[in-house]
Amino acid sequence: MISFEMPKPLVQTRRVVETVAENMMRPISREMDENEHEIPWAYIQFMHTATKAMGSSSMVAEDPPKEKKEDPKKKKYPPINYQRLMVMVEMLSWGDAGIYLCTPGGMLGAAAVGAAGTPEQKKLFLSRFQGKEPVFDAMAMTEPEAGSDTSAIRTTAVLDEKTNEWILNGEKIFVTAGNKALIDSKGFIVVWASLDLKAGRAGIRSFVIEADTPGCKVTKMEEKLGIRASDTVSVVMQDCRVPFENLLGSPTIEKSTKGYKSAMQTFDATRPIVAASALGVARAALEFVLEKLNEEEITIRYGLPRQKMTNLEREIIDMETQLRAAWLLTVKALWMADNKKSNALIASMSKVKAGKVATNITQKAVEVMGPLGYSREYLLEKWFRDAKINDIFEGTGQINLLVVARNILGYRGSQLR
Amino acid sequence: MYSFTPTEEQQMLLDAVRRYAEQDLRPAARDADEKSEFPPGLIEKGWELGILQASIPEEFDGFGDYSALTGVLAAEIMAYGDLSSAFAVMTPNLFALPIFFSGSEDQKKEYLPAVIAAEWKPYTAAMIEPSFNFDPGELSTTAVLKGDSYLISGEKTYVPFAQEAEMILVYANLDGETQGFIISRDTKGVSIGERQKTLGIHACPLYPITLDKVKIPLNQRLNGAEGHDQKSILASYQVALSAMAVGVAQAAFEYARDYAKEREVFGVKVAQKQAIAFMIAEMGTEIEAIRLLAWEAAWMLDEGKEEAGRHAYLAYNGAIDMVMMVTDQAVQILGGHGYIREHPVEMWMRNGRGFAAFTGLAMV
Repeated sequence: MISFEMPKPLVQTRRVVETVAENMMRPISREMDENEHEIPWAYIQFMHTATKAMGSSSMVAEDPPKEKKEDPKKKKYPPINYQRLMVMVEMLSWGDAGIYLCTPGGMLGAAAVGAAGTPEQKKLFLSRFQGKEPVFDAMAMTEPEAGSDTSAIRTTAVLDEKTNEWILNGEKIFVTAGNKALIDSKGFIVVWASLDLKAGRAGIRSFVIEADTPGCKVTKMEEKLGIRASDTVSVVMQDCRVPFENLLGSPTIEKSTKGYKSAMQTFDATRPIVAASALGVARAALEFVLEKLNEEEITIRYGLPRQKMTNLEREIIDMETQLRAAWLLTVKALWMADNKKSNALIASMSKVKAGKVATNITQKAVEVMGPLGYSREYLLEKWFRDAKINDIFEGTGQINLLVVARNILGYRGSQLR
Repeated sequence: MYSFTPTEEQQMLLDAVRRYAEQDLRPAARDADEKSEFPPGLIEKGWELGILQASIPEEFDGFGDYSALTGVLAAEIMAYGDLSSAFAVMTPNLFALPIFFSGSEDQKKEYLPAVIAAEWKPYTAAMIEPSFNFDPGELSTTAVLKGDSYLISGEKTYVPFAQEAEMILVYANLDGETQGFIISRDTKGVSIGERQKTLGIHACPLYPITLDKVKIPLNQRLNGAEGHDQKSILASYQVALSAMAVGVAQAAFEYARDYAKEREVFGVKVAQKQAIAFMIAEMGTEIEAIRLLAWEAAWMLDEGKEEAGRHAYLAYNGAIDMVMMVTDQAVQILGGHGYIREHPVEMWMRNGRGFAAFTGLAMV
């Protein structure tokens, strides 16, 4: 039966995370933005402690409803892990998208391990998030000459059969939280490299490089338009040796691109999560506008035919419509992920839509608020800068549109370039 | 708990509606549009699917429970087949559903069995008015209480099947509130004009009505002298039209997609050009987004959520733009062929443009 009722445990999650966003993020939002690369340790420590206290990967334990306790045929609660992540990410990004990206314990790198790793690898690499100190992880894919075209990556991995180690060489750029993963904590990054450059996509694999691995250096910290609390770094690997078991997935190169494809499948889960982040920023901007209008005693009249609306009403109502539409696409994409339904199409749709909507809403919000929107006294101009990243990372809007198009048309990459 | 899967019962109904839409409506649509006329039996066959009947409880001779969500799911597919026919099949909804939502017990007993028990009959409603400034919340047609009756005066337009209507639910402004009045077509002062010619939905017969001091007894006001709240009626229009816009857009999207995969250009298929592929991707994304908005609003109505009315409005707001964008792009993707009446996309584009003006033409 079709239903849009948010699962009960998530309503609670939402409330808890909202408190965090309000109290630990918003108050330092401006300061973190003005002092790029400063690390929000108080937030990080809090999130680490809170996540640990709740056990496993969730902030909020699922309390079974009390009245059903005596029922021996108690139904198992359907899977909602991705949906929970969406609720958290949306709310944390509503708090501050840059600080959200400093959340310890299981971001994109962990997602890759979760998607492509064996049970042993998951244990080996993911258990560190439960330790005493907060630990970070990152995904290193982009290279100076390979952005969205990941098949063009030039980083190589060669097996040293004597020591059974992989030797990695190459340079990665735009690694989100790379500094925190490698320098500020004993974390890891997941690096995409080629086993055989001639094999193209079929030769690409992902490798875990842990902090303090010799031959792996952070060489540059980028200065950015927005999300300034989050570090974005370059990583150089020079004869960097990692154990054989740090390869995620199969080491044999088959003719097919199965390995590459399974790595790309990580995106089916992570793209809607990026969408959720975009939606959080957009909601923050929209709520700010509504609050300011409310202070001026301007009410938005819902239900009018278009010719009777003021321009402002039209703008606000369109923002609300688009925000909700993008939100629903994202919910459906993650509901499908939780229920193990193939969601490549709608996952990219949600990313396209949310990236565009967040960019539009924050831009429009600055516009309609005039001098208030442009002023650094308020956070609106910051959200305008923060939102834009969602249309770029985890696949630009255009790349995601290409993915949507290929899915709709049933085309391979060679048929629709 | 979220879910995006219809119930088995809904799915059975939807499968039947889809067969009708694909096998009956779609093949008849072009001819019907050209001739401004439905082929005999087409609308009756759609009526026999029992969509409205299944949403009226047994005590009024129906065989189910009302669900806006089921209505929305069915309306989308019906409009996917053909919008004119969908409006025609659903015309009795315009009369029956407001009575079901807001009518007095007597009115329900008197009218609901009459509408739904037998074959399709043109019970209809008159909401839209011939002004650019038409607003269902602030009508120009007036109702004035005089003694033990109301006097109704004004101009209505786009009243489906008015010429042959058994009964018409006329909306008028009574002291600033939009209220419904159940009127027989033969009542003194009701005059029905010439059939109207419109940009799209040619096959659906629409008429203007002039009401000149039409005298109506108190008990013919929807819910009697007490009157009724207009909100549920407005929300019902909005979710129905949202879903139907999705249906029209889906039809245009699929046609353009399939055409682009067939048509060769510069040695490849049109769809292999990014300029076209991106249009198709955007169309698909926007359709799915608005579909979910319509579903959610309908679900909220069924659940009695406080914010249901606002969400129905948001869905409708989004649907108006989405259906125009998608149908326009479909014509564009076909290029010159899109402009030729041999292909249906130009018809869908004409139909799509109407959604901003259709408040009053469909309910679920």
